[in-house]
Amino acid sequence: MSWQGRILRVDLTEGTHRVEPLNMEWANAYLGERGLGTKYLWEGMDPKADPMGPENMLIFATGPLTGTMASTSGRYAVLCKGPLTGAIACSNSGGKFGAELKFAGYDLLILEGRSPQPVYLHIVNDRVEILPADEIWGTTVWHTEEHLKAKHQNPLLKVASIGQAGEQGVRYACVVNDLHRAAGRSGVGAVMGSKNLKAVAVHGTVGVRVKDGKRFMQAVKETNKLLAESEGRQDLTANGTDSMIDMMQEWGGLPTRNFCEVQFEGTDKLNPAAMQTPNEHGHTNLITNKACFGCTIACGRIAHIDPQHFTIVNRPQYRHASGGLEYETAYAFGPVVGVDDIDALTFAGYMMNEHGMDPISFGATLAAAMELFEIGAIAEKDTDGIALDFGNAEALTVMAEKTGKGEGFGKILGMGSKLMCEKYGHPELSMTVKGQEFAGYDSRALQGMGLGYATSNRGACHLKHDVFTEDMEDVSGNGKAKPVKESQDRVAVIDSTGLCLFTTAAWGVPEFAKLVDAACEGEWDEARLTEIGERTWTLERQFNLAAGLTKADDTLPKRMLEDPVPTGNAKGKVAELGKMLPEYYEARGWTREGVPSNETLARLGL
Amino acid sequence: MYKSLLIDPDKCTSCLQCEMACSYEHEGVFNPAKSRIKVFEFEHGKRAIPYTCTQCAEAWCMHACPVEAITKSATTGAMEVDEDICVGCKVCTIACPFGTVNYNQDTGKVAKCDLCGGDPQCAEACPTGAIVYVDADWTGLERMKQWAVRSDNREAARG
Repeated sequence: MSWQGRILRVDLTEGTHRVEPLNMEWANAYLGERGLGTKYLWEGMDPKADPMGPENMLIFATGPLTGTMASTSGRYAVLCKGPLTGAIACSNSGGKFGAELKFAGYDLLILEGRSPQPVYLHIVNDRVEILPADEIWGTTVWHTEEHLKAKHQNPLLKVASIGQAGEQGVRYACVVNDLHRAAGRSGVGAVMGSKNLKAVAVHGTVGVRVKDGKRFMQAVKETNKLLAESEGRQDLTANGTDSMIDMMQEWGGLPTRNFCEVQFEGTDKLNPAAMQTPNEHGHTNLITNKACFGCTIACGRIAHIDPQHFTIVNRPQYRHASGGLEYETAYAFGPVVGVDDIDALTFAGYMMNEHGMDPISFGATLAAAMELFEIGAIAEKDTDGIALDFGNAEALTVMAEKTGKGEGFGKILGMGSKLMCEKYGHPELSMTVKGQEFAGYDSRALQGMGLGYATSNRGACHLKHDVFTEDMEDVSGNGKAKPVKESQDRVAVIDSTGLCLFTTAAWGVPEFAKLVDAACEGEWDEARLTEIGERTWTLERQFNLAAGLTKADDTLPKRMLEDPVPTGNAKGKVAELGKMLPEYYEARGWTREGVPSNETLARLGL
Repeated sequence: MYKSLLIDPDKCTSCLQCEMACSYEHEGVFNPAKSRIKVFEFEHGKRAIPYTCTQCAEAWCMHACPVEAITKSATTGAMEVDEDICVGCKVCTIACPFGTVNYNQDTGKVAKCDLCGGDPQCAEACPTGAIVYVDADWTGLERMKQWAVRSDNREAARG
């Protein structure tokens, strides 16, 4: 109950598939989605494998609450070894695809090997077909989805696919589902491309049952009410995540011009008010908000570009509405590259969705390229004649499209910031951890965030811990290790339920426990869930250590460690990682070298 | 006195809580594929529109049914399918001009909205008020009120 108890395993090399029972021992120890996917990855592949080779596994994992009536129940995760980082990759997504995979009767879809030619998967409940993708290979995410729905005469198909970026191995290519939701980070789309798998199209009519329907519906009612009444939820509904741009601007933690600054003069052109205010042509960027499956928050933005804007004035095919700016896209196409043209940002977002790329990594890589351009390490002869000046909106939009299509300098940008900066002899300009680009928070202005970036198992990431409160109460690194560790564990188990992290606007672990306990066989309380979070985190670490990563990879760029932050609340601060990291290892029960101790492993049953 | 479902697409976020509530009420399972209310998206999600049976007073489905399996509920006014009588001939699915009666392959019967016996779960579940259950004679009342306030120019005249 709540789990379907079934896994679909596809061998792409042989072109075969089989359904096998879910390992319930593992489900009881790792719950679902992120945790369970990690366990299957750990048991199923060599962590030293080439991420782009056939021995890498690609797992689409739902959680036990995916497809139930619990709010935000549309989540699924894509796991593999990441090509951007060489570490474990786990990116989750909303939209409607994840719930549909569950409705078709599967908890996990495991893809192994490499198809000899481009294929896509067509799944309708028990009917699974591996079909040639010749007609869609080389086309966009948007075309692929439309094509498959028409070809199979099924408007109810849900599609997750890669664009040209994933086909061509852009190291931060993502898997996009439902046109504009994405398993965005760490290059999971590049791995899908390396397997010659263009898309997974699924329609499910089996549905999901829970253990105790009456108690579950009562829990749904109570938790929905909490969410409905919370101020955080109300702000997400009204403004999306973009509210954060005003908060970070005021605080002085908004990465600007490749992290040289932490406040940006153009935020009032990119914030929620700007999205909702008509421009000089009477055009308003935002159209409406939009929910993922089962979500009572609806933080998603649906926007459109001013038809008179330079990006689309001669391209009517982009005049339709589509996914609009969220905070991370606003940061990555805005302050960090110095651009304040909201239509240019929105267009760059369209390019990411259409071609299947992670906006955070693209924007941060472009920002590093702009600094390389500024110091003269590259010039217009390298960049297809385009001046990569900070603030150049055209450079942003043209490079977004070139990177998506693998053209010209876009090929270089598709390498990611770390390899690109190394190529041009300036590795210090790459704002990355373990090869993955920073999200929209400066790690000197938010110390716990910095520790979170340094220790995140998938490289720099803002979504694997939650210490905003602690960071804003105290700008020093004091006392950050414990809350970072605890929130990492908490987030890890929330990511394993099938629900969205944004429910934490109102919910803590007890609310998740209430829902899981009513839905799933067995007894589930706060302590058990928290332990699953810690077990998951630790197993991810074990994967990374086995892959060859060490303590030396738990670090931050030189700029963060040595250059004081120039303005804002944390003015003068550098990242106090040297102090926080040993405290963190200790809080985790790891050795001074960052290796989980035998006692810790035994305590977690690892 | 009957009540009607009143749908306001402007408020719909396409979360599908209504579809899950409907399938749970009728089938005991969360399964949008078995929902009698469906949300449709247009233009990359620019518009989302829930749609279900409006319970016609002179219902095509009821008149078309050769075995009189569809009858009007005296308490809610809903056209209800009696699964014990329905033979799954699907003539009602052809007769309905709106497509809101559909065949269920698992049961061999047709399924349509029955207003959950007077407590429609879709309206109960909708987090935004896009689906509400109101007096059948006054589905336009709220909209009339919105226009009524605009028709009064006294506030403007007072400056």
